[in-house]
Amino acid sequence: MTQLTMAKALNEGLRRAMADDDKVLVMGEDIGRLGGVFRITDGLQAEFGAQRIVDTPLAESGIMGTAVGLAYRGYRPVVEIQFDGFVYPAFDQIVSNVAKLHYRSQGAVKMPITIRIPWAGGVGAAEHHSESPEAYFVHTSGLRVVAVSNPQDAYTVLRQAIACDDPVVFFEPKRLYHTKGEVDLDTDLADAAPMGLARVARPGKDVTLITYGAQVSTAMDAATAAEDEGIDIEVIDLRSLSPIDYKAVTASVRKTGRVVVTHEAAREAGLGAEIIASVTERCFYHLETPPVRVTGWDIPYPPAKLEKHHVPDLDRILDAVDRVLDRPNSMSEVEL
Amino acid sequence: MVHTLTPTADLKTDVDDVARLLTAEGERIADRDLDPWIADLDAQALRGLYRDMALLRRIDAEGMALQRQGQVGLWAPCNGQEATQIGTARVLRADDFAFPSYRETGVVYARGARPEGFLRAWRGEAHSSYDPNELGTAVQQIIIGAQTLHAVGYAMGIQRDGVDQVVATWFGDGATSQGDVNEAMVFAASYEAPVVFVCTNNQYAISEPVGVQAKAPIAGRAPGFGIPSMRVDGNDILAVTAAMRWATDHARSGKGPAFIEAVTYRMGPHTTSDDPTRYRDKDELEAWKRRDPLTRVEAYLRSIEEFDDAFAAQVQQDADELGAAVRSTCLAMTTAPALSILDNVYAEPHTGLDEEKTWFAAYLDGFAEEAQR
Repeated sequence: MTQLTMAKALNEGLRRAMADDDKVLVMGEDIGRLGGVFRITDGLQAEFGAQRIVDTPLAESGIMGTAVGLAYRGYRPVVEIQFDGFVYPAFDQIVSNVAKLHYRSQGAVKMPITIRIPWAGGVGAAEHHSESPEAYFVHTSGLRVVAVSNPQDAYTVLRQAIACDDPVVFFEPKRLYHTKGEVDLDTDLADAAPMGLARVARPGKDVTLITYGAQVSTAMDAATAAEDEGIDIEVIDLRSLSPIDYKAVTASVRKTGRVVVTHEAAREAGLGAEIIASVTERCFYHLETPPVRVTGWDIPYPPAKLEKHHVPDLDRILDAVDRVLDRPNSMSEVEL
Repeated sequence: MVHTLTPTADLKTDVDDVARLLTAEGERIADRDLDPWIADLDAQALRGLYRDMALLRRIDAEGMALQRQGQVGLWAPCNGQEATQIGTARVLRADDFAFPSYRETGVVYARGARPEGFLRAWRGEAHSSYDPNELGTAVQQIIIGAQTLHAVGYAMGIQRDGVDQVVATWFGDGATSQGDVNEAMVFAASYEAPVVFVCTNNQYAISEPVGVQAKAPIAGRAPGFGIPSMRVDGNDILAVTAAMRWATDHARSGKGPAFIEAVTYRMGPHTTSDDPTRYRDKDELEAWKRRDPLTRVEAYLRSIEEFDDAFAAQVQQDADELGAAVRSTCLAMTTAPALSILDNVYAEPHTGLDEEKTWFAAYLDGFAEEAQR
């Protein structure tokens, strides 16, 4: 075990994946000599050469489209999209080709492409640098979508994503890049929880608080704060957004009967809607109160000085916890 | 130092401003640059290319007819573009890789497709008519221009494997307006990838004439990306073959990408759903009929006494047999069971989809039980 930042854990994950399989290569903007704008590929070009750590022209569709061709050829490209808000030019290649080629070719062509996206806000960034586009990709069949919340998962799930024969959209929460945690770099991937399984980040019996990515930290803080009031929150870190581990989710909901889902992405047709619909279908009779979403507002990402009003914080989460517990809350007098 | 670059080419796109070795009347004309590339192409080889084009035309006619008879849902005819498709695809080695668009039936034919490999997708039985690995040919692309990037990526893989294969990709004049095609040229030039871009300028993107896409000859764009290009008569299989041999040799010898604009004409509709009489003159069609890619080869070969009626009869018979095989395999196709639509979405198990599969199976089983009662 060793203490690493999430950035370093990702860097190690890439290094070991490349050392283990010479078909793995990384493509992206400024990932070579610079080591990426977040330094996730720091030192990798010196170690593996410019043919495997590939500085690309500044064109996201071009990066994604050439990754498709490399996959056709038998390579396992890891694509770095520089910022969440820059993935849209690649959207057509992702949706029309990356996601569909295995289906379209009746299984003859595999697309083992990992699409790494530095993701979401909370870092005081400029416009287009704090987006949460995960629902677009979850809605696209043929893709797997994961979002990590700690250095160990960043390392393990990245390696699982690269080893997976399906395309994986891999969300890296920017505001946790420099958060440290224990990482076992020698963890045997065969022994690790398979990619796709959720994690109970904190067991509890009163409320199920479902989240993923950077919001896991906020949810944990909320759970700690609630403890002072005698409320025992179970925090579920989904880790995988496609598929969603409903076995873990429903097991928790059947125990607590109360559900809060929180994410930074906008509410409308977001992951929270999908999760709550599925939870309601599966364990309606276990629910004590209507499930509640705490999400970013339905707005374009706001300017940096105002983002604290957009990203759900500890207090907004606790307000939602009060709602599912039928305690006084900000919505007590509001008619829905 | 020149501070201002102005277009050097005549802005008017003249279909006769092309490299040509065989006139529409079948007269062989010399070309100092192109002739060396086909010096070894004798009459027998040219008869082979003629046969390919005739068979392709027959496959295309069957596709059109089968659509009209309700046996395939849609067909995108390549009638008139035989020389462009056969002339380019026949130059590739078996171990090269092809990235065609939906209209390149001739590429699929030249890459060795079996009779069922032409229209399984058009019939709506599958999304690909063939196994891409078997033919060294990617799934035919419908998203305009997207395949050009795939071709460059595949070529980047070839570079990393240190072998001398090349990649070719086909796209239309309309595709040259797409960002992907331009990005493909940037990536290919930047990495000197062994890829040949074949732009089939068939004058129309559905109803829009090429002038909407380009104010100057399309081949003139490639040098701006640092890619050498050639503009050829796409209805002249000798010129197309020579250009493709030049382009593949350029790519195979490590000099990077090359670009061909083949100037041809889409004789049929965009697809069977289209009505070209709404946007094209009869006169234009008649003029292009006189530039037919097959008749000029026949005229030329007859003029040097290398084409006789017996050969014509043999080609006719071969075409009839292939046409019949295409038809019978089409009619014999069976539709996969309902539950199979959930197969192959993922290469590895996906709990969400696996769950849906059990739900759909249970639903379908309900009908089976009802039928038994």
